[in-house]
Amino acid sequence: MTDGSRSSAGPWRTALGQLVRNKAAMAALFVLILITAACLLAPVYANDVAHVHPFASNVNGTTTIDGQKVQLLQSSTTGLGLGVTPIGPTWDVSNYFLGVDDQGRDVMARMLYGGRNSLLIGLTSAVLCCLLATILGLIAGYFGGVTDSIIARILDVVWAFPVYLLAISLSVVLLTSGLIIGPVHIGAGSLFLPIVIIGVIYVPYVARPIRGQVMALREREFLQASIGLGASDWRILRREVLPNVLPSVIVFLPLMTALNMITESALSFLSIGVQPPNASWGTIINDGLGLLYTRPAVTLAPGLAIALTAGAFNVLGDGVRDALDPRARLRGAG
Amino acid sequence: MAEPTVAVEKSDAVLDVRDLTVKFRTRRGAFTAVDGLTFQVQPGEVMGVVGESGSGKSVSMMSILGLIRDPNCSVTGQAFFSGQDLITLPEKDLRSLRGRRVAMIFQDPMTALTPVFTVGWHIVEQLQAHGRMPSRVAKQRAVELLDEVGIPDAARRVDDYPHQFSGGMRQRAVIAMALAHNPNLLIADEPTTALDVTTQAQILELLRRLQREHNSSIVLITHDMGVVSEIADRVLVMYAGRAAEVGPRREVFRNANHPYTWGLLGSVPRVGRTRLRRLPTIPGHPISPDAIPEGCAFADRCRHRFDRCDERPELAGTAGHLDACWLPRDDRQAVRRASVVAAAEEGDPGDALPAAVGGGFDIEPGHIEPDGTQL
Amino acid sequence: MIRFAARRLVAAALVLFAISVLVFLIFFATPGVDPAARIAGRNADPQTLAQVRHEFGLDRPLPIRYVLMMRHLIIDRDLTSYVNRGDKVVPQILQAIPITLSLVIGAAVIWMVVGIAMGVLAAGKRGTFIDPLIVLLGVIGVSIPVYWLGEVVNLITQSRLHNSIFSWVPPLGYVGLGQNPGQWALHLLFPWLTLAVLYAGIYARVLRSEMVVALNEDYVRTERAKGVSERRILWRHALRCSLIPIVSLFGLDFGALVGGAALLTEVVFGLPGIGKLTYDALQNVDLPVIMGCVLYAAFFVVLANALVDLVYVALDPRVRRG
Repeated sequence: MTDGSRSSAGPWRTALGQLVRNKAAMAALFVLILITAACLLAPVYANDVAHVHPFASNVNGTTTIDGQKVQLLQSSTTGLGLGVTPIGPTWDVSNYFLGVDDQGRDVMARMLYGGRNSLLIGLTSAVLCCLLATILGLIAGYFGGVTDSIIARILDVVWAFPVYLLAISLSVVLLTSGLIIGPVHIGAGSLFLPIVIIGVIYVPYVARPIRGQVMALREREFLQASIGLGASDWRILRREVLPNVLPSVIVFLPLMTALNMITESALSFLSIGVQPPNASWGTIINDGLGLLYTRPAVTLAPGLAIALTAGAFNVLGDGVRDALDPRARLRGAG
Repeated sequence: MAEPTVAVEKSDAVLDVRDLTVKFRTRRGAFTAVDGLTFQVQPGEVMGVVGESGSGKSVSMMSILGLIRDPNCSVTGQAFFSGQDLITLPEKDLRSLRGRRVAMIFQDPMTALTPVFTVGWHIVEQLQAHGRMPSRVAKQRAVELLDEVGIPDAARRVDDYPHQFSGGMRQRAVIAMALAHNPNLLIADEPTTALDVTTQAQILELLRRLQREHNSSIVLITHDMGVVSEIADRVLVMYAGRAAEVGPRREVFRNANHPYTWGLLGSVPRVGRTRLRRLPTIPGHPISPDAIPEGCAFADRCRHRFDRCDERPELAGTAGHLDACWLPRDDRQAVRRASVVAAAEEGDPGDALPAAVGGGFDIEPGHIEPDGTQL
Repeated sequence: MIRFAARRLVAAALVLFAISVLVFLIFFATPGVDPAARIAGRNADPQTLAQVRHEFGLDRPLPIRYVLMMRHLIIDRDLTSYVNRGDKVVPQILQAIPITLSLVIGAAVIWMVVGIAMGVLAAGKRGTFIDPLIVLLGVIGVSIPVYWLGEVVNLITQSRLHNSIFSWVPPLGYVGLGQNPGQWALHLLFPWLTLAVLYAGIYARVLRSEMVVALNEDYVRTERAKGVSERRILWRHALRCSLIPIVSLFGLDFGALVGGAALLTEVVFGLPGIGKLTYDALQNVDLPVIMGCVLYAAFFVVLANALVDLVYVALDPRVRRG
C-alpha cells in the first residue's frame, strides 16, 4: 500500500506541527527558555536583587543572617583550623542564595553569569560545527574524486583522535598564545577560543553522515537530471542538495549543543576552557572542588544546571529528529 | 451493518469471514479500512482477492491473523477457522495457529527474510516454532522443502543467506517455509508483484502445484486480474474495504456484474493485440479510506451512477455469483457494452490512473472481451 | 582477503603517521607558540631560552626534530620526558596501560549489559510507560557530565555517607589486579559505574532507535506470520540486526577510551592511567610524553577500527561478498 502525500502543507510545516505536538520537546523548550531568560537577567540579579559583584573576590565580606553579622569566609573548624570555609547556602534569594565560593563571591550570581557563557559557547560552537561540517560534507560528497579523498582522510585522522585529547592539545597550546588566523587574532583569554576548539573537534561527527547523504543524493534521478541539463555545480548544491541535507543538519544542532556544553564544561573543569575572570558552569565546578566535602553546593549547583540544560537540549533534539528525520543516526556524547 | 441478503450457514468452509470491519483511529479521525466484509474460502480452493491499492485486501487478511500491531486499530466481526473465531482468539492461541494451520506470505521477498540468518535457518525456525524437532532433522526437512519448491542444489543452497538468492528463489524459499507445517490455509499477499514476468509465472505454477499436492486452500491477494485468471477458482473483487463482486472465476470473468469489475477487466493489457493503444482506465482516483460515502463507495467513479447509489448496495445475486450494485440485474450486460463504446468515444480521461498492472497474461481470450467492441 | 588486509594496514599506518604529524605541528608549529618558552618557564631571559633551545634540540629544523623524536620513541624507545628529565616515556606508558584497561573493560561490560537491556526493553515495551521512562533515563545518562558525576559519587561515598553505608569504600587510588583482586575490584567499582552511566545512556538510546526501525521491517511481519513469539522476534531478530551499528560504535568508543578518553574519570578518581598521564603531560607541554601517549591512543583507535571492520563482516553476511 502506498502512502500518498495526503497533507498539502510543506514538509517543514508538517515537521513543525509534529514538533509542537510533542509534549516532551515542548517542555524541554520551555525549560530552555526559562534557563536562558534567567541567565540573561544575571546583571539584574547581581545588581538589584543580591547586590553582589560576581567577579571580584570579597574575602573580607560580611552579610547579615537572622539579624547576626556573619563573615562570608569563616575560619575552618575542621582539621588544623587553618584556612577558611565559606558560608553555605542561605536559601534566601536576596542574600547569598547558594552561599559563596572560596573567594567570597556569590555562587548564585556566578551561576547565572556562567550560564551565559556555557549557553553561548554551546550554541555558537554547535552552529560553527554544523556549518563547517555541512560545507565539508557537501564539497566532499558532491565533487567526489580527489577532493573527497583528501577531505575524507582528514576527517578520518581527526576521527581517530580521541576528541578530548584533541581538545586538550589545542587548548593547552592556544591558551598560551591565542590564535592567529590571517588578520583575525583571538586573544588567549577570549571566549572565542573554546568556541573554535569545540566547534572544530566534532566536525567529523556531523560531516561524515552529511557526506554520505550527499553521495547518495548524487545518484538520485532528480540530481542526475539537473546535472544532465547543465545546471552549474553551485546552483545544484544550493537548490537541490542543500535543501535535502538541511533537515539532518538541523537535527544535529540541538544534540550537538548539548554535547558541546558538556565538552566545554569538561575543558573548563580541567582549567583549559573558559579562563578567569570569565566564568562558566564548568569553571564553577572547578572552583568548588576544594570545597567539595564542606560546601558541596558550589559543585552541585552548576553540575545540575549543566545536566538540566544538556538534558533539555537532548530531549528537544530527539523531538526535532522524530519530526524531521526519524532515521537519522547520531552517536551520543564522547 | 445489515446482514448480507444471502445468509451464510455455519458451513464447512476453511475460512468463514462475516462482517469483518477494521478501523484505524488517527489524528484526523477514524477511518475504515475494511467495511463489513463477508466471504468464505472452501477446502482446496484458490480464492483470488482483487482490488486497487488501499481497497483493504491486505488489511483484512492481516487483521484476521492478528498481524496488525497498531494500537489504534480495532477489528470487529467474525472469522471462523476450523470452528474458532480468530478475531476473539487470545494472541497465544492465534500464534500457535499462525505458521502451522494458517500460513501467510508477503509481497516483497527481498525484505521478507531477516538478512543476517541463512535461508535454512529460517525454515528450521519455522519447523521448531510449533513443537520440538531435533535440529538435524529440521535441517534435513528444510532441504527437502527447498527441493520441493524447486530450489536447485537445495542441500548446498540451504546455507546461503537471503541476499545470495534471487527474488524468485527467495519467494520460493518463503513458500517452502510457509508449507513447513502443511497448513490448511495459505494466504499469499501479492506474492508475484515484486517479481519479473517469467518468475511470476513460475511462482504461480508452483503455488498451483503445491495447492493440488497438499490440498490446502489459498487466498491469493493481488491487484492483477491476469494473476487471478491464471490460478483462482473463485474471485472476490474488493473496493474501498467492501466486497464489490464475488463469484466463480469463469462467472466473474465472463459475466462480470459490477461496473468496477468491468473497469478492472478493461484495463488488463492483452497479448496478441495488433495495434498499440492506450489502455482504458477507470476514471478518477481510488477512494481515500477516510472519505468513504454512505452509499455505494464506487459511485463517484461510476458512469452509471443514479439516485439509488446514495444508498449502500448489499451483496446479492444467484448461484454464488454476488455483487453489490443497484443497476437492474437483467440490464447489466447491455449497460456494459454501451459503456465501453462510450468510453472509446470520449477518449482518455486525463487524470485517470491505470487500475491494474497486467502481467501480460491472456485472460481467456474471446470469452471476457466485451463482444464486438473496438477499443 | 590478503590484499584487503594489506590495504587496511597501509591505511592504518598512514593515519598513525598523520596523527603524529598533526600533534607535532600543533605543539611546535602553531603560530606564536614557543615550546622553549614553556620549558624554560615564564619570563626566562633570552640567554636561558637559547640554552634550552639548544639543549632540547629545538634549534634544529622541524622535520629533523620530528624524525629524531619518532626514532627515539619507536626504535630506541629511550625518549625521555622534557619535564622530569630522566623519566623514560615508554615505561611510563606501559605502566599506565593496565590501569586504564582495568577501568575501561570493567565499565564496558557494565554499559553493554545495561545499555542493551535498556534498549531492548524500551523497544519491546513501546506504547507502555516503560519506554518513555527508559528514554528519560538514557537522556539523563548522556546529559550528566561524567567528571561531575564522579565528584558527586566521591562526595557521597568518601564523605557524606562514608561513615555509614559506604564505610567499605576504599580511598581513591588503584590497586593492581595481581596484588589483590578483591581490592582491585573494590577500588574500581565506582569508577566503573560512573563511566558506564554515560555510555549505557548512549547505547540504550542508539539501540532503541535501531530496534524501533528493525521492528518495522518486513521480516518481523514474516516472523509473526510464522507464529514465532514476540520475545524471540525481539531478541533473536531485531536485536541481532540492530547490533551491527552498535558494534561499530562500541569499537570506536572502546578504542578511544583505552587510548585515554577516560581521562576525566581517571582524574576524578585518582587513577594514574593513560588519560591522566596524557593530561599531566599536556599541562606541562611535555612533548615527548604527549607524542608517546597520542601515538599510543591513535594506535588503539586505529586498531579498534580495524577490528570493527572484521566483526562487521562476521555480523553482517551482506558485506561478506566483496
